[in-house]
Amino acid sequence: MRIVVAMSGGVDSSVAAALLAEQGHDVIGLSMQLYDQGEGQSSFGSCCSIDGLNDARRVAAAINIPHYVLNFERQFQEQVVSNFVNEYVAGRTPLPCARCNGDLKFATLAERAESFGADAVATGHYARVEALPLPGEDGGRSQPVRYVLKRGLDASKDQSYFLFSLTQAQLARAVFPVGDRPKTAVRAYARLRNLPVADKPDSQEICFIPDHDYRGFVEKQRPDTPRAGQFVDERGAVVGAHEGVHRFTIGQRRGLGLSSSPSGTPLYVLALRPAEQQVVVGPKSSLERTTLQASDVNWLIDTPTVPIRAAVQIRHRHQAAPATVRATAPGQATVTFDTPQIAITPGQAAVFYDGEIVLGGGWIES
Amino acid sequence: MRVYFDYNATTPLAPEVIDAVARASRETFGNASSVHHFGQQAKAALDDARSELATLIHGDPSEIVFTSGGTEADNMAIRGTAEAIEPTGRRHVIASAIEHEAVLNTLKALARRGWRTTLLPVDDSGIVAPDRLREALADDTALVSIMHANNEIGTIQPIAELAQLVHARGALLHTDAVQSVGKIPVDVRALGADLLSLSAHKFNGPKGAGALWIKRGTRMLPIVTGGKHERNRRAGTENVPAIVGLGVAARLAGGKLDAEAARVAALRDHLEEGILRGVPGTAVNGARGSRVPNTSNISFDRVEAESLLIALDLEGIAVSTGSACSSGTLEPSHVLRAMGLSTHRTQNSLRFSLGMFSTEAEVDRVVEVLPRLVEKLRGLTQKSVGARG
Repeated sequence: MRIVVAMSGGVDSSVAAALLAEQGHDVIGLSMQLYDQGEGQSSFGSCCSIDGLNDARRVAAAINIPHYVLNFERQFQEQVVSNFVNEYVAGRTPLPCARCNGDLKFATLAERAESFGADAVATGHYARVEALPLPGEDGGRSQPVRYVLKRGLDASKDQSYFLFSLTQAQLARAVFPVGDRPKTAVRAYARLRNLPVADKPDSQEICFIPDHDYRGFVEKQRPDTPRAGQFVDERGAVVGAHEGVHRFTIGQRRGLGLSSSPSGTPLYVLALRPAEQQVVVGPKSSLERTTLQASDVNWLIDTPTVPIRAAVQIRHRHQAAPATVRATAPGQATVTFDTPQIAITPGQAAVFYDGEIVLGGGWIES
Repeated sequence: MRVYFDYNATTPLAPEVIDAVARASRETFGNASSVHHFGQQAKAALDDARSELATLIHGDPSEIVFTSGGTEADNMAIRGTAEAIEPTGRRHVIASAIEHEAVLNTLKALARRGWRTTLLPVDDSGIVAPDRLREALADDTALVSIMHANNEIGTIQPIAELAQLVHARGALLHTDAVQSVGKIPVDVRALGADLLSLSAHKFNGPKGAGALWIKRGTRMLPIVTGGKHERNRRAGTENVPAIVGLGVAARLAGGKLDAEAARVAALRDHLEEGILRGVPGTAVNGARGSRVPNTSNISFDRVEAESLLIALDLEGIAVSTGSACSSGTLEPSHVLRAMGLSTHRTQNSLRFSLGMFSTEAEVDRVVEVLPRLVEKLRGLTQKSVGARG
């Protein structure tokens, strides 16, 4: 089978490529150049930097597969970066990796892969996809299949949260070679195969903001972003001044420049009101919510006609919590948690799980 | 079957060159500046290579300075003459808009030093109009750099005609002949140039060896300073084996220049006709008449060149989207842009460049494979346009 591997130069996608090549597949490595690699900016150490591209090339040479760098700067700007900036300006907290997976890796890159005659697209994600036979109408060979997305075997590295928007058609062609391995085994394999990235640290940050200053990035991309506003308490009383709503995230405590409430309890960001340039602050207890609304919901099962029980995860490091999910309209869902959750944040994803299986997910609106 | 149609990026070595380089590496290891036997052997090898090259370009051996390649030769020509001429008050340099980066970026370096620079436009066939040069020349013009043959489209500039205009204003003419030497007859006197760059690996010689021909009496300062190598014009111990290879490559090219040009041109024309006939929506970029015999630049309507290049490579066919140096970046070709092609067309053009080992069977293979690949890529383009429609 001809398989395209999206190679970032990191250890996970490198091992993914090496495993597939070892299994005898016809593997083609593709790396995406995602933003202008200006001179002197070569030491990012993050996933899509020029160092990353060089590492991907070295790995491809080491495992003897062809490797190409595709220029996706325009698509990345349009599909990921603009969304990232617009979301912050709109008082939401974006999730660029999920946008990149659904709109770029398994869309634009997958199209290119198809044009090179590839049957599948592989990535280094910690997730699993399984083909589940459905009861066929003729009970015969043309049995329909449902593709099931599952959490990665290594729960501490699971990335299924970032893949919830993949459609059945995308999952049908997705391969996650490291998804059924613990990270330690992935690194061990990289060392065993002498891959030049075996000891490279995991990438943590947003790849296109190497200095980690997302606020400065938003301000540079959108110079018209309002740069002044007020902190208000839950009753609307002004308690301070800030330098722009885009600088805050719901649940944030540090960096507010406010000491504490008059009663001495720490203050958290409760809500963002971009129209009024207001940041609402209050005690931690006020961050608790039991319901959320999700939009652009992607169901990986048939859209439920009755409320279903699920464990719902509302950000990457959140422990999925028991809830009832109602599909209220096409693409819409309401999630009601059994117990209140801290900091339900618009712009993040709400992903619905049944154990390890992803049932679906959507973007948190409120 | 792997097909290599990227001779303008670099060429495979001729077997005679491989033997000569190996022999020189083994036997002629001396430093050409040394007084003893070993040094004399090395010096003799350099002299032989210099003579072979001088014969190929109809220059005098004493006018040839060996360099590490075409880029260094271009740098030496432009920076070396600029530094020598600067005290006279001439601080203006002209080049065509379709020069190689080795020239364009060297002009930028001069601009940072306060020089005035002018880039000449080309017409839609990729040729510099002499009138444009006449208009650009000024009293303080020191140097004009116009390439002999273009690396991306192969068009040949009317250097002799341009040289007359340049000399009439008291300026020097440099021509980057990296893509013409070894492919077509190059006669430095007939061209009327003052400086001419060339590179061995473009005509089946080794990488790391090139030369700048400097007409006797041309004022130039060295850009690499050190010992008294190359008549004080380029310091540094000579790369004897590579230069020996250059000499052999020059002799081989010169010995069959016309016959080989005719053979390669026939293959190129066959390839071009096969593609134009077999793939709808294709067109040749640049003048088809005044071209080096091995190059064809073709645009494929509604296909991204980047994708077609990869699809071809996966079929074992190596071509290029432009100059190899710019294909890592995939910016639209500055050459095609200067010819006034639409942005779309600058991004859907491929360069096929043939040479010494190219065969009819390879041409047939490319002509056979291309229609299928293009059709597939176009089908996907339509699909994604429709899906987002």
